[in-house]
Amino acid sequence: MPTLSHLITRRHQVLPGFGLTLGFTLVYLSLIVLLPLSAVVFKTLSLSFAQFWEIVTAPRVVASYKLSFGASLLAAGINTVFGALLAWSLVRYRFPGRKLVDALVDLPFALPTAVAGIALTALYAGNGWLGKLLEPLGIKVAFTPLGVLVALVFIGLPFVVRTVQPILEDLELELEEAATCLGAHRWQIIRLVILPALTPALLTGFALAFARAVGEYGSVIFIAGNLPMVSEITPLMIITKLEQYDYTGATAIALVMLAVSFILLLVINSLQGWSAASSSSTGGRKS
Amino acid sequence: MLNNRLLLIASTTLMLAAPATRTSAAETTLLNVSYDVSRELYKDINPAFASYWKAKTGDSVTINQSHGGSSKQAGAVIAGLEADVITMNQSPDIDILVERGGLVAADWKKRLPYNAAPYTTTTVFLVRKGNPQGIKDWGDLTRPGLQVIVPNPKTSGNGRYTYLAAWGYALQKVGAGNTANGEKFAREFVTKLFANVPVLDGGGRGATTTFTQRGIGDVLVTFENEAALLAEEVGGGQFDVIYPSVSIEAAAPVAVVDKRGTRKAATAYLEFLFSPAAQDIIAKHHFRPRDPAVLKKYVSQFPPIKTFTVEDRLGGWKAVQQTHFADGGIYDQIIVR
Repeated sequence: MPTLSHLITRRHQVLPGFGLTLGFTLVYLSLIVLLPLSAVVFKTLSLSFAQFWEIVTAPRVVASYKLSFGASLLAAGINTVFGALLAWSLVRYRFPGRKLVDALVDLPFALPTAVAGIALTALYAGNGWLGKLLEPLGIKVAFTPLGVLVALVFIGLPFVVRTVQPILEDLELELEEAATCLGAHRWQIIRLVILPALTPALLTGFALAFARAVGEYGSVIFIAGNLPMVSEITPLMIITKLEQYDYTGATAIALVMLAVSFILLLVINSLQGWSAASSSSTGGRKS
Repeated sequence: MLNNRLLLIASTTLMLAAPATRTSAAETTLLNVSYDVSRELYKDINPAFASYWKAKTGDSVTINQSHGGSSKQAGAVIAGLEADVITMNQSPDIDILVERGGLVAADWKKRLPYNAAPYTTTTVFLVRKGNPQGIKDWGDLTRPGLQVIVPNPKTSGNGRYTYLAAWGYALQKVGAGNTANGEKFAREFVTKLFANVPVLDGGGRGATTTFTQRGIGDVLVTFENEAALLAEEVGGGQFDVIYPSVSIEAAAPVAVVDKRGTRKAATAYLEFLFSPAAQDIIAKHHFRPRDPAVLKKYVSQFPPIKTFTVEDRLGGWKAVQQTHFADGGIYDQIIVR
């Protein structure tokens, strides 16, 4: 989101080409992003508001929003914590097989989502390697909302690692050393020196992981069990409508998903802008 | 998701564009847009038709296949996938092409024998070896505590037939002429049955995987061709097929897409499906052939079973779609617990 404000401030600088780049940005964004999205809006406009409201507030659909957005936020949160840890060990330590681990992180990106779904289901079903151990403890993963969460954590992992990694690499060790010399404890260093520098990247990673999770269909559909009111995700509700040739109904639900995702991403992005501004203005000394 | 689907369709189509042989005779390419499970069947039928066509007319014909969920495929044809023939597993997926854009003639069912369905299958039960739960008929599926695996009727034709088979069985149980009571009983019956369903997979194959690979459920309710394949070939003798007292006839309808310039070859292709040669291939793939002679030849594979159709017992697909499967319909009401 920072494109516009950045470009405007740059107009007064020596860098030329503001008109050209802004024009290109707008045309490109319109073509790639806005055009398909406006098709969704126009298709939905053929519904009256009452019809629209009835479709998007049907109990099953509402249950699916809760699952889709709830599980996606939770999965993005889990990925933020553990993705940051992963990035930390990949950047700060040298160990045999580091390159291998580094490459493994990207695997969820490359794997066809259906493969991920089938593999996870085979693993966590009652007769799978992990399912066999977990079910006697009363923990059912496959075919429950927990399974949805597991799949979303899997597919969202690379986002946080890959956004945090370069920032960590650029973070100078001297800063931490200086903090130690000035008498800071380890926890203080993490809290006052490292975290403020990482927060914008963490938020970006969170936003990306969340956005990916909300739209995810392929992997989740295998492990969810798809029981109405319990484990149906919103994309499944859309597919269900499409199967019945109810294209407007499908776009109505899609529009709600889009709107909610957009608002959440906007909030996350402004949080990120705010934290970047405050950490740079206070020199990373905010508490 | 949508993009993935289009890509998939596009790539399947491209992949199958086989090089045509250079001859002086005319060359035709047909695209057969079909549902998921028919992939293997048409892989066997297509070369048979090509050699038949070559012998008859001297022309070469190449048939490309595109497969996917039945309704998705119909949607792709509406959106512009250039199909010459469509071969589906339920007639609503062809009727929609009549309604939207008039891609198929309204009288498509009358243009070919047997209501334009060259083969049928029916809904049966697959149980674990030796039938430990003693499941014999639809009534057993509503037993409390039993786990029944059924694909999602909202997204799968297979699941829809299962639901309708159970409904039709319940109506019969009450007896004809007792419509009001029949509806009430059927509703309770199907509610109890679906309360026993622990997982609703998107399609028939998904349900099969859940039952056979994940070991979930006491009984899988699915098409005879799928059950036979599992019991005899890929299941390794771990499963038995159970035939209920009555079930639903699931006919697989076919039609020519009229707007294309390949009518002659396309029509011949569909007519070929009813020939003894093609009917024999169909029977080998565990689908019930229409040709009585072929059916007789494979009688051990296809035990006789009483069936009813959506048209004769449930008032036709249109009515069924509206009362049962539309949003807020009976299926939605019974499944929301």
